Amino acid sequence: MKLLAAGATVGNPAANIGIFVLFVVITLFIVIRASKKNTTAAEFFTAGRSFTGPQNGIAISGDYLSAASFLGIAGAIAVYGYDGFLYSIGFLVAWLVALLLVAELLRNAGKFTMADVLSFRLKQRPVRMAAATTTMAVCLFYLLAQMAGAGGLVALLLNISSEVGQALVIAVVGLLMIAYVLIGGMKGTTWVQIIKAVLLIGGAALMTVMVLAKFGMNFSEILGAAQASVSGSTTKAVAARDVLAPGAQYGASMTSQINFISLALALVLGTAGLPHVLMRFYTVPTAKEARRSVVWAIALIGAFYLFTLALGYGAAALVGPDEILAAPGGQNSAAPLLAFHLGGVVLLGIISAVAFATILAVVAGLTITAATSFAHDIYASVLKSHQVTEDEQVRVSRITVVVLGIVAIGLGILANGQNIAFLVALAFAVAAAANLPTILFSLYWRRFNTRGALWSMYGGLISTIVLIVFSPAVSGAKTAMLPSLDFAWFPLANPGIVSIPLAFILGVVGTLSSPDDEDPALAAEMEVRSLTGIGAEKAVSH
Amino acid sequence: MPETDLPPREAAASGLDFEQIQASPEFQELRSRLRRFVFPMSAVFLIWYAAYVMLGAFAHDFMAIKVWGNVNVGLLVGLGQFLTTFIITGVYVRFASRELDPRAEAIRTEFEGTAS
Repeated sequence: MKLLAAGATVGNPAANIGIFVLFVVITLFIVIRASKKNTTAAEFFTAGRSFTGPQNGIAISGDYLSAASFLGIAGAIAVYGYDGFLYSIGFLVAWLVALLLVAELLRNAGKFTMADVLSFRLKQRPVRMAAATTTMAVCLFYLLAQMAGAGGLVALLLNISSEVGQALVIAVVGLLMIAYVLIGGMKGTTWVQIIKAVLLIGGAALMTVMVLAKFGMNFSEILGAAQASVSGSTTKAVAARDVLAPGAQYGASMTSQINFISLALALVLGTAGLPHVLMRFYTVPTAKEARRSVVWAIALIGAFYLFTLALGYGAAALVGPDEILAAPGGQNSAAPLLAFHLGGVVLLGIISAVAFATILAVVAGLTITAATSFAHDIYASVLKSHQVTEDEQVRVSRITVVVLGIVAIGLGILANGQNIAFLVALAFAVAAAANLPTILFSLYWRRFNTRGALWSMYGGLISTIVLIVFSPAVSGAKTAMLPSLDFAWFPLANPGIVSIPLAFILGVVGTLSSPDDEDPALAAEMEVRSLTGIGAEKAVSH
Repeated sequence: MPETDLPPREAAASGLDFEQIQASPEFQELRSRLRRFVFPMSAVFLIWYAAYVMLGAFAHDFMAIKVWGNVNVGLLVGLGQFLTTFIITGVYVRFASRELDPRAEAIRTEFEGTAS
């Protein structure tokens, strides 16, 4: 802890802030220019469906590569080695589920939200309500994780260590996000994500080349140096790690191995159920463009994770685990420290600004998704029985954005410094358990009905949350959110291995236990539209 | 609220007989081609991913075998997951633009054209 007190920050906070402010000014300018025409609901919620596949693919990777992916995975590889790499593989392979099974059919059958598709041929009200509930839950968990992460980042990068100062920065991030979404709608948010993705992937590529250059372009040399550096750690437990093979983080016991399998399951099945990713498929004009967007996203995300592999091992080799773990922010500081090591104040400033931009862009994407779902699914469909105009939906969603932004600021300040890293894993677990089974069943299983959808969605949501609450992530362990209490009875921090199969089974049992009374004409319409694109929502013409 | 619930879907007024389209041989062909591709392919990549996860969880010694310099089996299998993901993406895109897109478009022009 001594190291932490003395010279806690690296680089020049003024440079970090300056580069970030520059990013904000440029993106705000673009958002304002891009949003001249944000009058209709289709414009506000889906950017008029006018983005091309490649543009949307870049935006998807901007949405997907959150601070957890960038700082978290590079840090996990730097400290635990191979086990950090396992995350990135789950995050990438998951895109095949989206590409092969979900993206195109969803684009053809829906309008604004995931609930449009799920409730297409089932009873509108209850299914929409359930889908909106799970959407909000996933967005909230994800949002909270991002906002709380902002606090730790501030401590490291801006040399703001007081609680009040960090709270202020969280508030600024929240207010900026509200401004982006209110002014820019989906179009502005998308542009922020595109710019951020280019900066993030470009920055990671640059650092990768610099790391490789230090080792004569020989990847094996980096691995050797990383292992040597970790073995030389002053902490015995760290020095004993074999960072080139799996097992450093998850290999200790049977429980931790099953925990790892559970996490892997949630990662691979969660992505195609993340509402803020699904909503991005509505910003392109056709299903074919939705396919192209996923192809671009897979290429960019795959490349990015290959970069993080080099960055993580590079940070272990060049910075060393002791310095990383002693820095404020712990393993999350591996990538910024490596940037400082490679390129001094300027590169650190750029990478810090990119990390901030990442939080900002992901938070904006989550907020517009949650607000759209509230306005379109809960307000317009459930509360007002479709008796509202689309203009009013936009108005309601704008109010929702402000409310959500304030809630996110408040929760982010409360959660600052808490160990809530499990929230991202929880968001994936909820998406995989509550959303994906119903998405797949309603697209591919004609007999699937309302009871099956409700049982699967609520069952998946509730079982995931209950298991997390009674898991060692929340209580009963040194690393838990509430370390002083112990009410844990479920041994795994990742509930997916129980809740995901349970949600699939509930979908089947619920369906088979109620009569086949859904309208066959609607089922036919949904299948024909999803496969052929007949009657699909067209791009707004300008 | 009637038990049938509210279906105020704008496109329902398109006047198309979707059950007729669904029953047409062209549509059945499209549907079965799509399913015959995506279901087996999904099974393949999920099983391959599951095998990788199992090796990562239980076969530490196997994964630690050095192949070239410091590059071990684990790293190669992991990079193999990247490679297969890229390959499956490419194969699917080729399949979709050859087998699915023309069929979907033919159905669209045949039926959408006739609806007023």
